[in-house]
Amino acid sequence: MGVVSAHPPDTTAPPRSGTFAASAPAPAPSEVERTDPGEAPFEVPEPDVPWVTLVHNDPVNLMSYVTYVFQTYFGYSKGKATKLMKDVHYKGRAVVSSGTREEMERDVQAMHGYGLWATLSQDR
Amino acid sequence: MARRRGRAGYFEPTPGGGAAITLDEVEVSILRSLAVQLLELVGPGDAEGADDADPLARLFAEGPSKPPDDPALARLFPDAYEDAEESSEFRRFTENDLRARKREDALAMIRALDAGGPVVELTADQARQWLGGLNDLRLTIGTRLEVTEDDESGLYHLPDSDPRKPLVMAYLWLGGLQETLVETLLR
Repeated sequence: MGVVSAHPPDTTAPPRSGTFAASAPAPAPSEVERTDPGEAPFEVPEPDVPWVTLVHNDPVNLMSYVTYVFQTYFGYSKGKATKLMKDVHYKGRAVVSSGTREEMERDVQAMHGYGLWATLSQDR
Repeated sequence: MARRRGRAGYFEPTPGGGAAITLDEVEVSILRSLAVQLLELVGPGDAEGADDADPLARLFAEGPSKPPDDPALARLFPDAYEDAEESSEFRRFTENDLRARKREDALAMIRALDAGGPVVELTADQARQWLGGLNDLRLTIGTRLEVTEDDESGLYHLPDSDPRKPLVMAYLWLGGLQETLVETLLR
């Protein structure tokens, strides 16, 4: 998917510190420059402000189906999936995953594939 | 979210993780008709170059940047961000794939129904596609009927003379099918 590269550089985002280095794509050249240790030797890299995937309540999706999706896609236990489903149902929405923006875009796209109403936002 | 209401035919697990259901001719006909309508609704979308004969051009065709006008389609293809501009960008790069998936799910339903009844047997993969297709059908019909959490409009207690009654019956029936298919797949 070309989703990630399609976004213009986000000047408000904190520098990427490599918190999610294991799954993050190779940094763009500008990001390499920003983390150049020669520029700020005493600066401790800020952790990424994580993004979250929110699933919103809707009157159509079955409770059992929503639980099934959380178990199947995220691999959550039946207990955790059920708790998240109930949070969505009774509180109106729930954070179902968190991570990099790229990962959350993937999760939101998957949720839309399943027919769940999901959005991503930065967890401030 | 909705608790299942009503009772109808139901899925049962088959060896190998699949599912089977017995449907009579009328049920097959209704389900097939609904799946075909879903297929027509989802369509290829407004993608630029979607009709291009060149597979590479199709591969790189961008999707639409605006949410669909039809409320049911807007529900099937919702915004990913609160911000309209970010949603638009996301949509351009994801909606075509999403439409393709939903078409495939509806097609899987039609193919299995065309294989002949009364027993419709699904592999595990087909069962997952049916689950998606049944959910998309319920989202579409639910949006058309303006279903609400607490049924303020009394959809579930309509008199037989109400023109919405057949669609409500179909909606409830699909809910029963989907519920038992979920139970089957989680077994």
